[in-house]
Amino acid sequence: MPKSAASHLPQVFRDWFQSRGWEPRAHQLALLAKAQEGRSVLLVAPTGAGKTLAGFLPSLVDLSGGKPLGREKRTLHTLYISPLKALATDVARNLETPVQEMGLPIRVETRTGDTPAHKRARQIERPPDILLTTPEQLALLLAHREAGDLFKDLRRVVLDELHSLVTSKRGDLLSLGLARLFSLAPDMTAVGLSATVREPDELRKFLMPQRHGDASRANDLADLVVVEGGAKPDIRMLDLKERLPLAGHTAGLSMPAIYRMIRDHKTTLVFVNTRMQAEYTFQELWNLNDDGLAIALHHGSLDVSQRRRVEEAMIAGKLRAVVCTATLDLGIDWGDVDLVVNVGAPKGASRIMQRIGRSNHRMDEPSKAFLVPANRFEILECRAALDAVHEAAQDTPDARVGGLDVLCQHILGMACADPFRPEELYEEIRSAAPYANLSWEDFEACIAFVATGGYALRAYERFAKIVKGQDGFWRVRDARVAQQYRMNVGTIVESTMIKVRLGKTSRSRPGTVLPRGKILGEIEEYFAETLTPGDTFLFAGEVLKFEGLGEDAALVTRANPGTDPKIPSYEGGKFPLSTFLAARVREILADPFEWDRLPAQLTEYLLQQRRRSIVPGPRDLLVETFPRGGRFYMTCFPFEGRLAHQTLGMLLTRRLERARLKPLGFVANDYGLAVWGNGDIAARVGREPGFLDELFSEDMLGDDLEDWLAEAALMKRTFRHCAVIAGLIERRFPGQEKTQRQVTISTDLVYDVLRKHEPDHVLLRAARADAATGLLDVRRLGMLLQRIRGRIIHKALDRVSPLSVSVMLEIGRERVYSDDADEILAEAEAALLDEALA
Amino acid sequence: MTALLKNKQTTSEIGLSGRTAVLDLTGGLYLPEDDALLVADLHFEKGSSFARRGMMLPPYDTRETLNALKEAVFRFDPRLVVALGDSFHDVGGPERLGDEERAALAEVQKGRDWVWVTGNHDHTLPASIGGRVMSEMTLGPLTLRHEPAEGAASEVAGHLHPVGKVVMRGRATRRRCFLTDGSRCVMPALGAYAGGLNACDAAFRPLFPKGFTAHLIGTERIFAIAKAMLCRD
Repeated sequence: MPKSAASHLPQVFRDWFQSRGWEPRAHQLALLAKAQEGRSVLLVAPTGAGKTLAGFLPSLVDLSGGKPLGREKRTLHTLYISPLKALATDVARNLETPVQEMGLPIRVETRTGDTPAHKRARQIERPPDILLTTPEQLALLLAHREAGDLFKDLRRVVLDELHSLVTSKRGDLLSLGLARLFSLAPDMTAVGLSATVREPDELRKFLMPQRHGDASRANDLADLVVVEGGAKPDIRMLDLKERLPLAGHTAGLSMPAIYRMIRDHKTTLVFVNTRMQAEYTFQELWNLNDDGLAIALHHGSLDVSQRRRVEEAMIAGKLRAVVCTATLDLGIDWGDVDLVVNVGAPKGASRIMQRIGRSNHRMDEPSKAFLVPANRFEILECRAALDAVHEAAQDTPDARVGGLDVLCQHILGMACADPFRPEELYEEIRSAAPYANLSWEDFEACIAFVATGGYALRAYERFAKIVKGQDGFWRVRDARVAQQYRMNVGTIVESTMIKVRLGKTSRSRPGTVLPRGKILGEIEEYFAETLTPGDTFLFAGEVLKFEGLGEDAALVTRANPGTDPKIPSYEGGKFPLSTFLAARVREILADPFEWDRLPAQLTEYLLQQRRRSIVPGPRDLLVETFPRGGRFYMTCFPFEGRLAHQTLGMLLTRRLERARLKPLGFVANDYGLAVWGNGDIAARVGREPGFLDELFSEDMLGDDLEDWLAEAALMKRTFRHCAVIAGLIERRFPGQEKTQRQVTISTDLVYDVLRKHEPDHVLLRAARADAATGLLDVRRLGMLLQRIRGRIIHKALDRVSPLSVSVMLEIGRERVYSDDADEILAEAEAALLDEALA
Repeated sequence: MTALLKNKQTTSEIGLSGRTAVLDLTGGLYLPEDDALLVADLHFEKGSSFARRGMMLPPYDTRETLNALKEAVFRFDPRLVVALGDSFHDVGGPERLGDEERAALAEVQKGRDWVWVTGNHDHTLPASIGGRVMSEMTLGPLTLRHEPAEGAASEVAGHLHPVGKVVMRGRATRRRCFLTDGSRCVMPALGAYAGGLNACDAAFRPLFPKGFTAHLIGTERIFAIAKAMLCRD
């Protein structure tokens, strides 16, 4: 330890480190020095580097000489924000250890949605020294009338898992809260704790108020402290002797191998990509579990109490394995995990590294991990990910441009706290990195939205929620508006989840199911909407039969043993392949020298593809056409992720329709898509050589996209989220469902009306911006279309090629996306006619 | 399949208590023998009703509903128009009606016999709104009222805002619909912001003891769907 650095540390801390047999790490001391210089700083470190202690050490040192604990009023010194409630609680527990062992006069408290009202009120009246909370709770605190008093002496804010927060609207909300904190507490410094990311500068900006007048902009970046990764991870791909299927994500063949690994290790985390995979894997492992190993299941749809039980058992070291989804991606300390298994494709290099980091939470020892591909394509993806891990390459997403819906929510919150002058609030908001380029016009549009909905037809002036006074200040109209704000804060639109309740068969009326059983968890509302009573699906480790929607929940019963789940998947938690990995996969595919590094079964498959068609170059788009079963198929392989492919599929079918090629449907996966219909596309290309270039031209992102968006269910869902976040409609709360359903207005109807009358309304702009990067991935589709311009290679085949088989196998497995109501209705009507004619 | 649907078919004919009834894509129902157009649950000024409570829905719902009403009126050019209740979302609605909308309403009313049947949302209506106000009305064999009366036959009513949900191979759609058993018809709501009640709801059971056919309003035409094909929400 360098002497000078350690000298920042008071004796009591040095003794404490020594008593534990530890030495303060260089980055912990570096953060201490930065704090003493009054600098904001970003700490980038791999899992297990002692990030949390590093973040808190300066506060503990600062507070160690403070007022003794007593009845005397304290001021809030440090605010800690974490993306997860559970993480805040976990960190509070971990902080208690040094505080107690050193006997420091520091009060640490958490504030989450679960904190009782009287404690919340007391926390504002008599704040602790250190408060641990979430972005939503921060927003609520800042909208409080006492916010100015509460935060004026704040010295430090610590943002944990910053890399995961900044990629979502929660990050937008947090950035706005941070901007307000900097205004209220000018002496405050911010500390960000992050896993390794591609662009640390984006996070450094996030931690500093962005100043527009300053030409040098030298002060726009927080300082940076980087901890280099410890030992290289020991990560391998599971090489099965059996041939993997060409499609599917369940990795059924690999289960015995995974089970053996669990048996041979102390504690294993089995990561999967979707809840459906989690359910399946869990069931398969239990089928093999002759040794009765304690294997548990953990995913976001399970009931909270069940998740807590698993987490506690995990911490207590009682479990041998947990099958989990992204819910365990974040850094809660799960104790002694010595193996991570990732089932299915990794989808992103950074994601896989963070998951691997969950094993061996000590950074000097190598983490041990296995990647388990579920189909032959995933072998390619695993190969690409292994290379990326080896080079420590990162593919974290780009910095966000702040959402206008979040801004609307924030403006109302600020009005609830204090009357504001628009010019001042505008400057404050632009100091938040995601909003640095916010135009005055957009800001004004957001204020107008908050006040009266911001419509060109000014019909609601007399109902305005915020009102501009003679003095130029905007004020909230009355306490009811503030109440409305508090009920609707946050950017996570939970209302799309429906509880799953186990029903009991009525004894007096057989065939009737009563909603008397326990809650098993939650499913997406849109998934529930496509279920028909009698459908079976996997959930919470068992096969359930859907009985119908009850008052507040989807009612289910346990299916008879041996029943196969009928509904194949629900998409919760499915990630698209990252752009970076996609590019690597294309490169491996295009370079036969690379094939040597692939398992023989894949090489063989690629050689077959080369004989029957071609293997495309890294920038080319291979389009294959072939007839099959009286229909004409077209497949293409952009490797840009399922979301972009789904959007592409929608737009292609529209265009083929217009070209009178009578498309009937399409399916998409992460690698490509298949469209089929009654028209012979190959024949058309024969007559019109430029046809495919035309079909795939970028102008599909113009009118075709607009037309489709008008009806697209995904777009309506996106709009609904924006409408809830911006405060256009109120959230639905559990238990309120029934009454709310009668009172709430369907956002689909609002969308239709608004789109027709004010297509440029701020909420529609917010929804379009989301669609570009979110569920529709229009931005990536745009990049794809640009990339392949003039590089389409068409192969007219007489039958399906090996590559095309992989996507054809999705037919029937994946839902065919079509939003055309008339198509669905015509089919239902035909069923009636068939019956009549029979 | 979509190729077959290119031509818009705005109407579809059914029999109702011996009368011909023309179901319209807007949600209106036209009786040629009486030269009468029926519409239900317009819910004018629902947007402003929500705005009073702080939910600033786009203030274009009345316009949008009026457009649909205009479309139906101009298609049939009827002698008589009957609005089957809940024409305004609340009793304060007529007063909040904008000037432009008020004029547009007067324009469609001009030269026609216009009847407002009262509903639970608009139990009273001011004279300034034009036309006659009635609690129910008889038209040949048919009784026209807002809330369907259990046990009644030969009736056209609104109130329940029926919608039908169809799921085919994992794809779902939920559309407004007419429900009829040949004697009674429950009409869809025409209001732009009027929500819907699933046709499988228990509320419809006593009205159609022998079942019904649902005529779902698609984008391009109306589809006759058997009750058995409809799903719960």
